[in-house]
Amino acid sequence: MEGSVKLLGAGIAMVGSLGAGIGLGLIFSAWITAIARNPSAESKFSFIGYLGFAVTELVLLMCFVIAIMLMKSS
Amino acid sequence: MASLLEEFEVHALSGPLFSVGGHPVAFTNSALFMFLAIIAGTALMTLAMRPQALVPGRWQMVAETIYNTISKLVEGAAGKKAKPFFPFIFSIFIFIMFCNLFGLIPGALTVTSHIIVNLGLALLLFLVIFITGFARHGLHFLHIFLPKGVPMALAPFLIVIELISFLVRPFSLSIRLFANMLAGHILLQVFAGMIVSLLAAGWLAGLSVLPLIANIAITGFEFFVALLQAYIYTILSAVYLRDAIEMH
Repeated sequence: MEGSVKLLGAGIAMVGSLGAGIGLGLIFSAWITAIARNPSAESKFSFIGYLGFAVTELVLLMCFVIAIMLMKSS
Repeated sequence: MASLLEEFEVHALSGPLFSVGGHPVAFTNSALFMFLAIIAGTALMTLAMRPQALVPGRWQMVAETIYNTISKLVEGAAGKKAKPFFPFIFSIFIFIMFCNLFGLIPGALTVTSHIIVNLGLALLLFLVIFITGFARHGLHFLHIFLPKGVPMALAPFLIVIELISFLVRPFSLSIRLFANMLAGHILLQVFAGMIVSLLAAGWLAGLSVLPLIANIAITGFEFFVALLQAYIYTILSAVYLRDAIEMH
């Protein structure tokens, strides 16, 4: 397969999604534990839960954007 | 790789209508879907509330649910003094939600998958934050970069860090939405390509039902992501607005 170092760089860039995956697992584990301990206060947790998910997901998306930028550069 | 990005291309649907600074402006498919999103949002909120029944029917319940959710969100995230900003935040939510949802129609352009659209919305939000902050608090607004109770030796570093994290906010808002939409659509295309490749391989044609099932599941997930990303954009807009209104 003909490739270039760009593709290699894009592959290495996506290694950063490891951290995002672990972070997302931590967020959801804390969220589930909080709901399990106090199911009636679920609406209070949902706000911070979605916020935390969005900010952690951003790390993943930044990695993806760098990978796309590397693949599309000339 | 080039063919994967073909569905995000903006092309003109009409001839050049007028020119701005030497550049001809035509009616593009991006503009078409922005108009459709606005028309759909307006139609949802006005037509659904036409009955004005005390016990809501189905459409009225949809409109009231959206209104109440965003209203509680703005009050919770930005405080009670943010009530005047509710139409602005609500419009942002409706626009982004309908743009994301219309992008899932096959052949349609996802308006929010262009970074410039999202960046324009985010910079508009930050213009509002700046103007509100300086109008309400004057130069005291700059104190958001220096939280209370910080020893003076640490202050220069903290101001720089806070300034950088403040300036990154519009970019992070817009990139989050852009990358989610881009990645979702590219994922759909990759699986669709797998279906075609398996069908073309002859003896493997029966296996092509597997990427089809995956594609159906991913489309369902993309509907959820479209709504979730609009909701997250709105939450973060309200949180950033709180800095301008209360913390000074």
